[in-house]
Amino acid sequence: MKSISTKLASLLLALSPAAYAVQDLPGGPAVLQLNLHPAVTRIAVEQGWLHWFMLIACTVIFILVFSVMFYSIWKHRKSVGHPAANFHESVTVEVIWTIIPFLIVIGMALPATKVLVASKDTSNADLTIKATGYQWKWGYDYLKGEGEGVSFLSTLDPTHREMSNEGAKDVPDDYLLKVDNPLVVPVNKKIRIITTANDVIHSWGVPSFGVKQDAIPGFVRDTWFRSEKTGDFYGQCYELCGKEHAYMPIHVKVLAAAEYTAWVADQQKKMAAKADDPKKVWTLADLEARGEKVYAGTCAACHQPNGKGAGPILPLDGSPVVNDADKNKQIQVVLNGRTSATGQMPAWKGTLSDTDIAAVITFTKNHWSNHTGQLVQPAEVLAQRK
Amino acid sequence: MSAVLPGHAADHAHDDHHNHAPTGWRRWVYATNHKDIGTLYLLFAFTMLMIGGVLALMIRTELFEPGLQFVNPELFNQLTTMHGLIMVFGAIMPAFVGFANWMVPLQIGAPDMAFARMNNFSFWLVIPAAITLVGSFFMPGGAPAAGWTIYAPLTLQMGPSMDAAIFALHILGASSIMGSINIIVTILNMRAPGMTLMKMPMFCWTWLITAYLLIAVMPVLAGAITMTLTDRHFGTTFFNPAGGGDPVMFQHIFWFFGHPEVYIMILPAFGIISQVVPAFARKRLFGYASMVYATSSIAILSFIVWAHHMFTTGMPVTGQLFFMYATMLIAVPTAVKIFNWIATMWQGSMTFETPMLWAVGFIFVFTMGGLTGLILAMAPIDLLLQDTYYVVAHFHYVLVAGSLFAMFAGFYYWSPKWTGVMYNERNGKIHFWSSLISFNLTFFPMHFLGLAGMPRRYADYPAQFADFNMVVSIGAFWFGLSQVYFLFAVLLPVMRGKGEKAPQRPWNDPDGAGAEGLEWEVPSPAPFHTFETPPKLNAAATKIVGAAAAH
Repeated sequence: MKSISTKLASLLLALSPAAYAVQDLPGGPAVLQLNLHPAVTRIAVEQGWLHWFMLIACTVIFILVFSVMFYSIWKHRKSVGHPAANFHESVTVEVIWTIIPFLIVIGMALPATKVLVASKDTSNADLTIKATGYQWKWGYDYLKGEGEGVSFLSTLDPTHREMSNEGAKDVPDDYLLKVDNPLVVPVNKKIRIITTANDVIHSWGVPSFGVKQDAIPGFVRDTWFRSEKTGDFYGQCYELCGKEHAYMPIHVKVLAAAEYTAWVADQQKKMAAKADDPKKVWTLADLEARGEKVYAGTCAACHQPNGKGAGPILPLDGSPVVNDADKNKQIQVVLNGRTSATGQMPAWKGTLSDTDIAAVITFTKNHWSNHTGQLVQPAEVLAQRK
Repeated sequence: MSAVLPGHAADHAHDDHHNHAPTGWRRWVYATNHKDIGTLYLLFAFTMLMIGGVLALMIRTELFEPGLQFVNPELFNQLTTMHGLIMVFGAIMPAFVGFANWMVPLQIGAPDMAFARMNNFSFWLVIPAAITLVGSFFMPGGAPAAGWTIYAPLTLQMGPSMDAAIFALHILGASSIMGSINIIVTILNMRAPGMTLMKMPMFCWTWLITAYLLIAVMPVLAGAITMTLTDRHFGTTFFNPAGGGDPVMFQHIFWFFGHPEVYIMILPAFGIISQVVPAFARKRLFGYASMVYATSSIAILSFIVWAHHMFTTGMPVTGQLFFMYATMLIAVPTAVKIFNWIATMWQGSMTFETPMLWAVGFIFVFTMGGLTGLILAMAPIDLLLQDTYYVVAHFHYVLVAGSLFAMFAGFYYWSPKWTGVMYNERNGKIHFWSSLISFNLTFFPMHFLGLAGMPRRYADYPAQFADFNMVVSIGAFWFGLSQVYFLFAVLLPVMRGKGEKAPQRPWNDPDGAGAEGLEWEVPSPAPFHTFETPPKLNAAATKIVGAAAAH
């Protein structure tokens, strides 16, 4: 016995011979998914219930109302000789059919109120994480609770961005959802997410958790979830934030308590190792190697892996600023950003370390057709931060 | 004189020999006749519908498969933005103004609109605005790409075309306000003796209420976009957080305009349906007075629901509850209207010519959009569906199956009066069924995509969404081609005067049952000038009594 959805699915597959050979992504979208994601938080369970309740109520109303209309269309037509009646008002009937919808919407509003109030209660969180929207990536700072002090950026895997440009043939199941550093949280703990943004409005949402909260520059907002299952859960940016809006996914990895503790210890070790001494003098090769990584994770989303830019995004390959003998020009642009008539380069002084900035500038000055041979030391970046 | 195109057939010179109406291009550029201006508005709106439709099909071409095949994400955002702006401000709003221009004076027994020259001005303002809007594609950096809702602070990153769009919106707003003043003054002052407000046809009522909404909210939009403009160029920071501005304030102001705007686009549609259903049910509109009250309630409620577009911005829980309750309340007067139409059909003697098919199609499909609106109004569900394809499905169900279907109903209903010829009934029916099926094929699967979490305004998407997107794209092309079919199989023939000659009362049986109203008291095509002397009306204000002269 086939279920209705598999029947529908096979019908659709027959319609679309080029159907994509991807499988369902647990925690993310499924192929031919017809309803909400399987819920892993209590709020999402209640939202799912509310949606079924509304869907059934609306379907019943729809069927009742339109069976009356189609009965009338069938029976009260001229071709079957039905004469037109003459009535055209009835206060009683009109009062009744004003009151009934009114009562129905009250019946709908009551459960909705209950779920809404529960979903807005962000107090007593076990772990507070700030999610910052950047064009076009997410930054996570663990503010309070286990893991406090951990901080990283989360960017779409650059190979997925390239696959997109190339027409997305033979894509993996997590196409456009794979990030370099997923947000990691413990299971069964109340996680409060504080959202804000660096440039324009973004929106942080994960369907399986039933959360979505706009990230607004200059303002902080919050939401929360308590995942009852471990695993990987995926979301995307839900508010139009410019060119690469479709390429800043959210990946949340929910771990058991012990694994989470181990992850935190690991992160803190990495953070300590990353805290470079800005006085250190680097060689060109080391800086370039480090710069290439920074470029892929931070710059390539806009300036493209080939350094050619796109649309209003200026190219770095052959750029006069990058090739200028005065290194400080490029250091200033990277530190403080720049606004031109057609676009905006964000400021990176708050996000990247002196060493990262020195490395990525050195990389761009000596890559593609740029051969300046210049080397920017972290101390020079530090000198330009004032 | 044909009312639609000059120079063909039937030189009824006697109709207008005494007023020296200009001919050739002067007739249109200097037009002060409400019928000519109505025709101009309708042709303009149809042109914009086609342009907006081409943009939509470019979007659907890109989304046919995952990956970027045809446009880059930059251009994709421009396409979605311009599709929205052109359809809302270029197609739907001017089309309804065109219907008002043609039908309001005819329905209330007035010789013309109150301010004939302002009428001309308000039409000719929309042309430069439309050229500015469409031309922005060719400006440096391309067209605006911040969505039709032009949310700050993304608008602050846009190129010079954003200024062009703001300028165009200002002009369109001025034009809409002039048009509204004209409609209000015409309806309130120029009704024929005996045409009391509560005897007025529903189409006039819905437009009267719409015109008040327009006057109330177009200045609000003008304020929001002016602040955007000064933020962009004059160093103010109304919405720029870098200087202490509030991006959410933009959304509040925009949607204080935007939600009544939704009803501006649907109330005249309700009016058209309220004319068409009684005519083909051969029965008077059920609950006329409650229809007027329901329309007014919808208009008033539309001012206190705007923040339901902003449930994810993080309002306090009391704010969310208020906007949730207020929004759900709108379901009540809307339900009353649906019930009234069905009660009008009940025990009627219905026939199903093309206008009635569109009207029944409207009621059926628009109600689906209304019910998904109720689901979206529930804030906890909206948290999941906000900015997904579910929302796209919902508003296309109310704006395409709502406004556009009603306009087609109105076109098929009144075109015999406008052109003097009957459209081809078989082609009209093909147009209807083809549009109805392809519309649902396009927009119904979007509900599934939205429930599965596919965000809107995405140039590329996870491959699990591929199958439904393919179905949607196929439906979209079919729907687009159905409208091209309408152009060649229905619209152009009647404009050229090809077809059976239309009788004065095409929708009445020999015994008189059928369409009612003063527009059917004048010959087909409607003479250039009608009701030059106020007609004497019967008690119901639906017929002229005494002298048969309509002009």
